[in-house]
Amino acid sequence: MNPEELFLVELTVNGNPLSARVPARRLLSDFLRHDLRLTGTHVGCEHGVCGACTILLDGKPVRGCLIFAVSVSGSNVTTVEGLVNNDGSLGVVQRAFHESHGLQCGFCTPGFITTIHAFLKENPHPTEEEAREAIAGNLCRCTGYQNIIKSVLRAAELIDSGVRDDH
Amino acid sequence: MKPSRFQYVRPASIPEAVVALQRQNSKVLAGGQSLTPLLSMRLAAPEVLVDINGLSELAGIELRGSELWIGAIARHQEVLTHPLVGTHVPLIQQALTYVAHPVIRNRGTSVGSIAHADPAGELTAVAALLGARIHVVGPHGVRDILANDFFVGPLESSLTHGELVTGVSFPVLDSSWGSSCVEVARRHGDYALAGVCALVQIVEGRLTAASIAIFSVAGTPVVIDVLDVCTENEKLNLKVQSLIDPDTDIHATADYRRQLVKTLVAQALTEARSNAESRTS
Ligand SMILES: Cc1cc2nc3c(=O)[nH]c(=O)nc-3n(C[C@H](O)[C@H](O)[C@H](O)COP(=O)(O)OP(=O)(O)OC[C@H]3O[C@@H](n4cnc5c(N)ncnc54)[C@H](O)[C@@H]3O)c2cc1C
Ligand code: FES
Ligand code: FES
Repeated sequence: MNPEELFLVELTVNGNPLSARVPARRLLSDFLRHDLRLTGTHVGCEHGVCGACTILLDGKPVRGCLIFAVSVSGSNVTTVEGLVNNDGSLGVVQRAFHESHGLQCGFCTPGFITTIHAFLKENPHPTEEEAREAIAGNLCRCTGYQNIIKSVLRAAELIDSGVRDDH
Repeated sequence: MKPSRFQYVRPASIPEAVVALQRQNSKVLAGGQSLTPLLSMRLAAPEVLVDINGLSELAGIELRGSELWIGAIARHQEVLTHPLVGTHVPLIQQALTYVAHPVIRNRGTSVGSIAHADPAGELTAVAALLGARIHVVGPHGVRDILANDFFVGPLESSLTHGELVTGVSFPVLDSSWGSSCVEVARRHGDYALAGVCALVQIVEGRLTAASIAIFSVAGTPVVIDVLDVCTENEKLNLKVQSLIDPDTDIHATADYRRQLVKTLVAQALTEARSNAESRTS
């Protein structure tokens, strides 16, 4: 078989310009993990249902496993690594998860953090019902949903109280 | 699993896309929210993928005469929040709230959903019920396909190899019309076990049109004119049940789906009527 054609994919990831040459079939989630070595983005089901691979593409949450990296070359991507503050302290949603025990094994957590981060930008004062709705597309096998909902509400509270968040 | 190899083409214009689509075993890549899982599970293995995401001619939503045009790369989320859609064809937005989760809607396209011809797809039912026109370009030029001729079977449309859907036009519904979409799914955001879109027209207090499209109960959406029976629930249900033939699968039995349809049809028609009333007032 002929060698597979490679495409130059250039992204701004968490503020840094990064690039690699990859085959067209490279999923964005794999591009981040394998080619850019950013392993914060997790891969669970690889067909769009679990939400673990959720990243922000030009600010909007999307499934990393349902996009080919080559298709979004030139875009801005934010991963869970990019949601820490510039001084290295936890970002506000990350801090809320820490305080509210929003994670057990942590496998699903990167997808929740990115999803909730984007959700709170749109709706900074969610009700419990809205918080529940916001995370309905993410699965947690440790079934810690109660504390995840608490984490959403806690993050909103932290933002209100003016806690530092660089993103 | 990972997708198998394919050649990737990112055309700079619609004619370029059509040329690329003439290659053997080609497929269009729109939002990828249905196609990528099929590729990753190797249920599909096209040799050529033609990525239309860069074609700005296919972007946007516009009022064109008495129709609302939705371009092939307009994302579900854009359609769901666009004021023209809410004003002129509210049924699209009523249905879209059931389509997947917001994160999927940020990337998936409404036109791609119709092109995919999923019998469980809400927009498939909307297009069939409203008699939408599907705009197609191919090696022999452009043509329009009416929704009723477009949906042929499960995941099967009357598109031929090498054709591209550029957009879909929906007839504008003035305020005498009311609509609704209701469904039951195992989990929030899942495909429906059964669902119903309803469309009614009320002129001077009189019901002058009533039709429904039922989805997830056959290979294509089932459109039924129910004006003659819609005030008598027994007759309505008899008519509807005689025209559907749902399957039993791991999610629900055929009987259960029939039961859902009975309830959902009545509910959808009631909601469509109150929608019409609220639009006229
Ligand atoms: C977890 C999950 C849940 C979902 N739940 C629902 C749901 O409840 N209801 C629902 O309706 N959908 C659901 N979807 C599917 C989603 O709505 C898709 O976005 C949509 O069905 C397909 O649109 P797309 O732009 O992603 O198309 P793609 O995945 O890119 O394409 C799908 C198919 O259509 C063809 N195609 C697409 N656009 C064109 C075009 N312009 N011309 C010719 N052919 C074209 C492609 O070649 C491909 O065969 C779900 C998806 C996921 C991952
Ligand atoms: S890995 Fe992408 S949604 Fe599960
Ligand atoms: S914390 Fe373990 S899967 Fe969610």
